[in-house]
Amino acid sequence: MTATATPPAPSTSAPGYRPGRTLPLRVEALRQWKRRRTLVMGGILVALPFVLIAAFAIGGSGDGGRGDRITLMDTATASGANFAATCLFVSAGFLLVIPVALFCGDTVASEASWSSLRYLLAAPVPRSRLLASKLTVALAYSAAAMVLLPLVALAAGTVAYGWGPLRLPTGGSIPAGESLLRIGIAVVFVFASQLVTAGLAFWLSTRTDAPLGAVGGAVGLTIVGNVLDAVTALGDWRDFLPAHWQFAWIDALQPQLEWGGMVKGTAISLTYALVLFALAFRGFARKDIVS
Amino acid sequence: MRLRLPRWAAVTATLAVLAGAGTWTAVAQDDPPPVHRADRMLDVDGVRLDTSYFTGAGDGRRPAVLLGHGFGGSKDDVRAQAEGLARDGYAVLTWSARGFGASTGSIGLNDPAHEVEDVRKLIDWLAARPEVLLDKPGDPRVGVTGASYGGAISLLAAGHDPRVDAIAPQITYWNLAEALFPNGVFKKLWAGIFFSAGSPAEGGSPGAVGAPATSTGEAAAGSCGRFTAELCSLYQRVAVSGKPDAAARTLLEARSPAAVGSRIKVPALLVQGQSDSLFTLAQSDAMARTLTANGAPVAVDWIAGGHDGGDRETERVERRVTTWFDRWLKRDASVDTGPAFRVSRTGGVDSTDGRATLRAATADRYPGLTSGTERIALGGPPQTFTNPPGAAPPAVSAVPGLGGGLSGLSSLGVGLSLDFPGQHARFDAKPQTRTLRITGTPTVPVRVTSTAADGSAVLFAKVYDVGPDGRQQVLPAQLVTPVRVDGAKAGKSITLTLPAIDHEVEAGHRLRLVVAATDLGYASPAVPARYTVTVQGPLAVPTAPGLATQAAGLPWWVWGLPLLGLAGAAALLLTARRKTTAPAPDPELAAVPLQITGLSKKYKGGDRYSVRDLSFRVEQGQVLGLLGPNGAGKTTTLRMLMGLITPDEGEIRVFGQAIRPGAPVLSRVGAFVEGAGFLPHLSGRENLDLYWKATGRPAEDAHVDEALRIANLGGALERAVRTYSQGMRQRLALAQAMLGLPDLLILDEPTNGLDPPQIREMREVMIRYAAGGRTVIVSSHLLAEVEQSCTHLVVMDRGQLVQAGPVAEITGSGDTLLVTLAGEIDDALVAKIDALPGIDTATRTDGGLLVRLDGTDPTGLIGELVRLDVPLTGVGPHRRLEDAFLTLIGGAA
Repeated sequence: MTATATPPAPSTSAPGYRPGRTLPLRVEALRQWKRRRTLVMGGILVALPFVLIAAFAIGGSGDGGRGDRITLMDTATASGANFAATCLFVSAGFLLVIPVALFCGDTVASEASWSSLRYLLAAPVPRSRLLASKLTVALAYSAAAMVLLPLVALAAGTVAYGWGPLRLPTGGSIPAGESLLRIGIAVVFVFASQLVTAGLAFWLSTRTDAPLGAVGGAVGLTIVGNVLDAVTALGDWRDFLPAHWQFAWIDALQPQLEWGGMVKGTAISLTYALVLFALAFRGFARKDIVS
Repeated sequence: MRLRLPRWAAVTATLAVLAGAGTWTAVAQDDPPPVHRADRMLDVDGVRLDTSYFTGAGDGRRPAVLLGHGFGGSKDDVRAQAEGLARDGYAVLTWSARGFGASTGSIGLNDPAHEVEDVRKLIDWLAARPEVLLDKPGDPRVGVTGASYGGAISLLAAGHDPRVDAIAPQITYWNLAEALFPNGVFKKLWAGIFFSAGSPAEGGSPGAVGAPATSTGEAAAGSCGRFTAELCSLYQRVAVSGKPDAAARTLLEARSPAAVGSRIKVPALLVQGQSDSLFTLAQSDAMARTLTANGAPVAVDWIAGGHDGGDRETERVERRVTTWFDRWLKRDASVDTGPAFRVSRTGGVDSTDGRATLRAATADRYPGLTSGTERIALGGPPQTFTNPPGAAPPAVSAVPGLGGGLSGLSSLGVGLSLDFPGQHARFDAKPQTRTLRITGTPTVPVRVTSTAADGSAVLFAKVYDVGPDGRQQVLPAQLVTPVRVDGAKAGKSITLTLPAIDHEVEAGHRLRLVVAATDLGYASPAVPARYTVTVQGPLAVPTAPGLATQAAGLPWWVWGLPLLGLAGAAALLLTARRKTTAPAPDPELAAVPLQITGLSKKYKGGDRYSVRDLSFRVEQGQVLGLLGPNGAGKTTTLRMLMGLITPDEGEIRVFGQAIRPGAPVLSRVGAFVEGAGFLPHLSGRENLDLYWKATGRPAEDAHVDEALRIANLGGALERAVRTYSQGMRQRLALAQAMLGLPDLLILDEPTNGLDPPQIREMREVMIRYAAGGRTVIVSSHLLAEVEQSCTHLVVMDRGQLVQAGPVAEITGSGDTLLVTLAGEIDDALVAKIDALPGIDTATRTDGGLLVRLDGTDPTGLIGELVRLDVPLTGVGPHRRLEDAFLTLIGGAA
């Protein structure tokens, strides 16, 4: 090695260094892109619609017959839009929680476990900047996962069952064009309702060096929320459980769009998420990085 | 996994527990105040009325409320509401009407001579109670309320007894004849249910004993239960003929509130159901018009449900009734009794609990049923259709008794209604170009021709909301208007008044008028006939323009919580920031790569300081060795230097800048601390590339090639890092640390995992690097390595600085001497040696004494030692760093 013999310039930072330019979103997105978990998650979400199509083909169309509660399952094979809505229905409760918990829970903790975190921080990427970049990219990946599933389902469903209006299980239908908008609203709400999972996972991610701990913790607390929501004795207190609103997006698939549940669900989710994100930033700003 | 809950979490948890306890206590204290109930059988006019009298706590006279029950029920049905009213400061009297519950007597359908007279007696009884407020002696302040049958008695009591001060009738009738025989058509299904509700099975309720007081032979033949003989024969007559007669009409009208309408002048809250094919909105419209004309304050409230099912909004209605009485019985003028007209509109189903969400539309004036009329042309030629023989199969609209809020579904765009082809005429309007809200009764002029022998026709008119596809049709509230047309042999023009509804027709939907020959709920002629219907004008649709839908009733927290969350988040972030503000840079130190002053660090939960009061300084161009055994605090110091951990005390300045997490001056520092840190799924080259991009600095400043020469990875550079050996990772990490040729390079144990040629190469790299005017700090526990490459040394042990200075100084180039001794010497002697002139320090070591000279020479030292009787065996130069190191750190090594 031939170190050039220039004496260090008496400046406060290296030439070209600007805190606001560190860890650009594109770089962080690239860092995460090639990870196996990203690709596996994408694969599962792409595969699910095809698995369902195969299931309906083998088992006949979902004629339900359970009587007491009408679900989107009953009209799954009516059209591409119906199939997309059904895919959302089967996955919104749990499957879509996982990518959010994974992308947001793993993002900081995995860097800590690889020890790459300290090199980023010493680069130096300011801590809040690091979290902001990571959170943005994690949320973007989460959003992509949520858009991916209905998109693939819509495409596959249209090929399999044709293009047509969204037939509602309660009777009536929504024209094909508008049903796209409605499904879009539903997806946006599903994403908004998962912000709380994102917040929890992200906060845990900054607290632990074990990526699985953060992801598992977020998923676990989602399950606890679902269990609590099933306790009807809690009455109105359940309104403040994020899990209480997780299916409010179905309101978007009513003949008359009903915003109430989605607005409430978004408010709850956003509130928890804001506090959890702030906790993450606050804790991380002062944390001793010993990984 | 490291997951430690910080202190604040414990505090929060404690607070939550305390808050929980607080809520619990509050709830316990908030137990509803006790309500006293007294059950009595009152003898009135030869019958015994089963009554309950409810009074809440508190002294003083209070207004009274009479609370009636629905048809087929008893006073027990209204107990909860009675207790609520009693708690709100009313004396409440409930009673089972004649022929119901435990009361004796026969059902006279609110006969003014019996049931209404009973209420007058109950008011007399109330007037004698000491706790009831009196307007004047014998005249208590009293309100009457109730639903359905109990609602009608409210109106009748107000009409027959001037002592009644306010009423709140719910889902009830104004004219019972019109309710059961609308437009001369017998409402057979509802009437049947109505009459069977008054005829309990044999041995039903205890009061049924001796109930059929006047059992004439004819009535006894049918099961008329507890109805009076008069009503019993009326019902049987009409039900058999399927056609109401004038006598029946006269009897029912005489028993209706309409008969005394002009005498009802008290404030009235009229609650009527939209899903009600028994007592329609037209009934409450007649009440409202009459009472308003009488000059009484009136509020009209259309609830979503009704006798057909749906949400009766019990809780809200009871609340509104209470405020109504607060205003008009307690005479509290500050009470807001709500809008003069309120309609509950269904917004959709709340998917979280499956209930339909309701929102209110209000107006400050009751507009009636024909306000703001719009005209909509109906198309279609004159149509002829058949009345099937036996009137079967019937068309289906409302199905009473089916319950489940079937009619409520119509507002959700779901319909269950049936018209048989050939048995109805239909006339379609053009699709709506904009949304139309119908509130009231649409009307349309038609001409009817009948082939029936008597020239009559019974028709059922309804307006459908038809979806854009033309197939999906919804019958608002499942309501139809029956109409009997007489003398239509040659055609007769009439105006059809359709059911009163509140329904939104969306843009793109169209209205469809259907006139059918049959309906399941009504009696229609069994003799076949052919009817011809011609539409003679547009459909006049009332829109009640003064009625405005309120914003969806979202609770405060929908906006409040996110704002609170935002405020909380901001507070969390702002309180955190204060601690990390950096002190001002020191310009005098701008050329000094590193100065550490008074640095201390104790890890959370650790029992001792990892670094304690450490101070040293590194000048430009030095290769500084940070030497110490494992656990000496070297790595902790370097982590603090990189801003990864925050010191408890002291300060680190790099080129004059204080180090804080993420301090910009760290961009002039390259570091390799405690092993490599790479993304295992990326190749070595990608790792370096992305790392450099993460610094945000220009690519040409990276000097990747020079760094890669150090790494010397060859083709492996393109492989994923997870396939690398320990040494390869180590070299890649060194390359990463040198990216951008930092002014200060920090290497922590850099030669771990390198083979001897690489170690030598490494040393040369460091020396050359520093020769270029840059500075290198290298930590190690290997002495040989430090001795060969460093210019200066800092020796640490147990977190503390042992010695700092040039290598030569520490290794002792002649001025540090090791004095070997024959035996032990005591501390006093060591202190004496230490105090000798020309001697800097004297410290005891293994097997001797380490003496550093300061002025005197070895010969002088020997002389002094001999003079002090030190049993010395030899004096030699203490040259080797290892000796010095071991000496310096004492027995720990």
